[in-house]
Amino acid sequence: MMEWETVIGLEIHAQLATQSKIFSGASTAYGAEPNTQACAIDLGMPGVLPVLNREAARMAVIFGLAIGADVARRSVFARKNYFYPDLPKGYQISQYELPVVQKGQLTIDLEDGSSKVIGITRAHLEEDAGKSLHEDFHELSGIDLNRAGTPLLEIVSEPDLRSAKEAVAYMKKLHQMVVYLGICDGNMQEGSFRCDANVSVRRTGDPKFGTRAEIKNLNSFRFVERAIEFEIERQIDLIEAGGKVVQETRLYDPDQGETRSMRGKEEANDYRYFPDPDLLPLVLDDEFIAAARASLPELPDVKKQRFVEQYGLSSYDAGVLTASRELGDYYEATVAALGGEPKLCANWVMGDLAAFLNKENRDIAQSPVGAAQLAGLLRRIQDQTISGKIAKEVFEALWAGEGDADAIIEKRGLKQITDTSAIEKVIDAVIAANPEQLAQYRAGKDKLFGFFVGQVMKLSKGKANPQQVNDLLAEKLKG
Amino acid sequence: MSLGPAEVAKIAHLARLAIREQDAPAYARNLSAILDLVAQMNAVDTTGVAPMAHPLDMAQRPRADEVTEANQREHFQAIAPRVEAGLYLVPKVIE
Amino acid sequence: MNLPSPTAMHDQTIARLGAGLAAGEFSSEELTRVFLARIEQFNPGLNAFITVTAESALAQARAADERRRRGEAGPLTGVPIAHKDIFCTDGVRTSCGSRMLDRFIAPYNATVVENLAAAGVVMLGKTNMDEFAMGSSNETSFYGPVRNPWDLDAVPGGSSGGSAAAVAARLTPGATGTDTGGSIRQPAALCGITGIKPTYGRVSRWGMIAYASSLDQGGPMARTAEDCALLLGAMAGFDRRDSTCVDRPVPDYVALLDRPLHGLKIGLPREYFGEGLDGEVARVVEAAITEYRKLGAEMVEISLPNSQLAIPAYYVIAPAECSSNLARFDGVRYGHRCENPKDLLDLYTRSRAEGFGAEVTRRILVGTFVLSAGYYDAYYLKAQQIRRLISDDFRRAFDQVDVIAGPTSPTVAFNLGEKVDDPITMYLSDIYTIAVNLAGLPGLSLPVGFVGQRPVGLQLIGNYFAEDQLLNVAHRYQQVTDWHQRSPVAFA
Repeated sequence: MMEWETVIGLEIHAQLATQSKIFSGASTAYGAEPNTQACAIDLGMPGVLPVLNREAARMAVIFGLAIGADVARRSVFARKNYFYPDLPKGYQISQYELPVVQKGQLTIDLEDGSSKVIGITRAHLEEDAGKSLHEDFHELSGIDLNRAGTPLLEIVSEPDLRSAKEAVAYMKKLHQMVVYLGICDGNMQEGSFRCDANVSVRRTGDPKFGTRAEIKNLNSFRFVERAIEFEIERQIDLIEAGGKVVQETRLYDPDQGETRSMRGKEEANDYRYFPDPDLLPLVLDDEFIAAARASLPELPDVKKQRFVEQYGLSSYDAGVLTASRELGDYYEATVAALGGEPKLCANWVMGDLAAFLNKENRDIAQSPVGAAQLAGLLRRIQDQTISGKIAKEVFEALWAGEGDADAIIEKRGLKQITDTSAIEKVIDAVIAANPEQLAQYRAGKDKLFGFFVGQVMKLSKGKANPQQVNDLLAEKLKG
Repeated sequence: MSLGPAEVAKIAHLARLAIREQDAPAYARNLSAILDLVAQMNAVDTTGVAPMAHPLDMAQRPRADEVTEANQREHFQAIAPRVEAGLYLVPKVIE
Repeated sequence: MNLPSPTAMHDQTIARLGAGLAAGEFSSEELTRVFLARIEQFNPGLNAFITVTAESALAQARAADERRRRGEAGPLTGVPIAHKDIFCTDGVRTSCGSRMLDRFIAPYNATVVENLAAAGVVMLGKTNMDEFAMGSSNETSFYGPVRNPWDLDAVPGGSSGGSAAAVAARLTPGATGTDTGGSIRQPAALCGITGIKPTYGRVSRWGMIAYASSLDQGGPMARTAEDCALLLGAMAGFDRRDSTCVDRPVPDYVALLDRPLHGLKIGLPREYFGEGLDGEVARVVEAAITEYRKLGAEMVEISLPNSQLAIPAYYVIAPAECSSNLARFDGVRYGHRCENPKDLLDLYTRSRAEGFGAEVTRRILVGTFVLSAGYYDAYYLKAQQIRRLISDDFRRAFDQVDVIAGPTSPTVAFNLGEKVDDPITMYLSDIYTIAVNLAGLPGLSLPVGFVGQRPVGLQLIGNYFAEDQLLNVAHRYQQVTDWHQRSPVAFA
């Protein structure tokens, strides 16, 4: 059997999180009634003119700086000409020869623990198209232009990816990055982060790339992986059967789990790009770029490394806690409020808190338990007011909104018993009630120690300090 | 540069213009004549001359990110050839 | 100042009508009725208007009179004008001379329309034009050709032919026009009126239906330079809705009209007086130059060596931009839609073929071709390089001279139908005007005489943003000549 190598490049469209569109003052809010957010400019009315949204340019620059790219001091908007009903002007305003972001890179982590640098050829600003709706209109399609003119950053990678898994790792890393930077909401269901994949295969060692197919409609990480895997297999099967891969656009069908040729739409595209005469070159001065740089947040990789060093966390834990900016902020706020104990905080944020969030499908920003509240609870573990076990009960109450940790402990009488004489009283009662087990224990059945601990905890409703219980019980059982 | 009716048909398709077969030769003649006129440009060597896309040497003046446009759907769709439920209708788009 | 008598109101300049309104000699409503009556009487023979907005004109006139009573009137308040049908007018059909937009009621106002309305002008209607401003004779209009008031067998020029004919025939004292390759100056010349194409970016293009975005510029057309100064002062100015509009104060053009011309250096490009220029037109232009010498100007022979390349470069750049600008007319959101399209492709190709006339179709095809794969560098990029050379020619010339003068058009108005089937010959009638658009400079045409009964125009080209100087130079000439006061006998 012949060995094959896969070559993948991704084109990712990230919707920029501006209030208004890239060339008009219409709102970009998602989910409005059809065509209620399509103004005269978005509709391509005769005589209208585009004016660039400064914030879209700023976001593109921030992205460029974050991936260590060259930010072009002068970039040019061009028209990409083609006819389609969701494209009102008959051209898309994009950047062609001179994009705003050129030559950057992103490091991805692979499953074997190694990392790989993926080149980013370019990232350019462009406008989104509208949507065609095919349901409900007999033999007709309905056109909604609310999305037309929404700012997009198209991020084009080098053909550096060698497997579907790498492609997904890259896409996830990029997703994390744009969300971190606050330039994209990352909502894939709403189409805020979309992916097209260029996939080809070649025989291992062949210096030439094979003919590539472009796969569209990849709007989830899972689809990207499945579609690429399907496509790799299709191309290999095709070549091994003596066929040839044709350069074409293919659509991923998630229901069938396959890619299909879109020949109908493809016929001889000739986009006739030329500089948009309505838009002068975008010239960015030092001041603009410096301001963008100053607004850059700490990037995920840097934050992760800092968590390892500053908090003594494992690389894995640091990765989990820096998965999003909000989670990292929450964690750090918890540590700060508690005044230390980074490991305890990490365990709780990644443990109980994460579990509750998952169960209710919330993200950290929607947590009913704030960082200060959580720290309040952890403080009582730390000072032994409550045990770790009782803390779980307190946490549930916190989540349910019953007030802060101290009030809950007080109200429910959950304060840990640390008074030796009180614990001794309980132990005495347990021993008195279980003469048979006592005898067996003293006869050498050490395993029964756990039974006594359990009984003591049960009788104390879990409030007895476990360490003290252990010590006192060992003493008393000796007799 | 001389264009024939077949080339005119190809260009017309790119431009989404239906041209009747009987009109194609005339368009081909006109277009060829225009391209001959335009070919006078080749008399001048322009090596190293920077292309001029705009008459004024100015930069883009971006606007602030503010929502300034209110919904005017009824107003805009009053002049639309065919709408239903707020959508513009076209023959089925095949994807 | 002689105030006009009510019977001759139509024969007065905007400046004098403004004075008459200010003096209470007549109301805007009376004035508006005079012009509406003239339109009713003469437009059927001229076809200068596509749409007459009589009712709203009278309402605007009454509002202007009211404004005057409140003491809030400016020099243009209550003065009737007409808009070229390329400017979007909210609630009024804006056809652009095309079947494509025959039923297009614009949903908003162009900035030019808004600015003039704010100055208090009254809109009489929308003037005829070559379809989408593509033409030099007004014969490509879906609404039929406009006739030249000086000779009904002649074309009025184009594309702003309706505006030029309407002003020349005294159906309106002033009008707006647009100029992509000469579309204000050439019809102004052929109809014996004054028109100025400002520097690119001086007047907002918002709401002006685009033909070739990097060349299009709106401007005024009227009888005199003084009237053009009044109108341009109201039209021009920064507009945040047009990224290519220049943020620069608008001078008081009227206040700058009277500066003497002593020592003014006028450049005469030898390329504008050579082969191709009609001998009789040359004689009239030379007489005008003699007049300028008398006014104290100094003539300097200059060269614009790449002049002959202006038309070739223009017929790449303008069609390229137009092929893209006109892609939006697809029968989906507005404009003409074919009956019973059988599929999407049919909707596009038939709606567009039915909506556009032959000249527009030609230019879209040329533009599509020159941008297409494999041809872009040889045509579009080359044309942009030529554009730079032409622009550099002017820069060098303006190191030597203050303004450049020459014929506006190589011939007087030609006959209707004479060139309509020969696009190339038609294109050559813009040979002296096109380079100005490529460079983005301001240009003005003023009437300087006749060949037979057909007018001749002198073109003045100024440096960037030197509109005040062009108007000044034209005004001084009009102080000592009366060509601009001549009116066609049939429309006296």
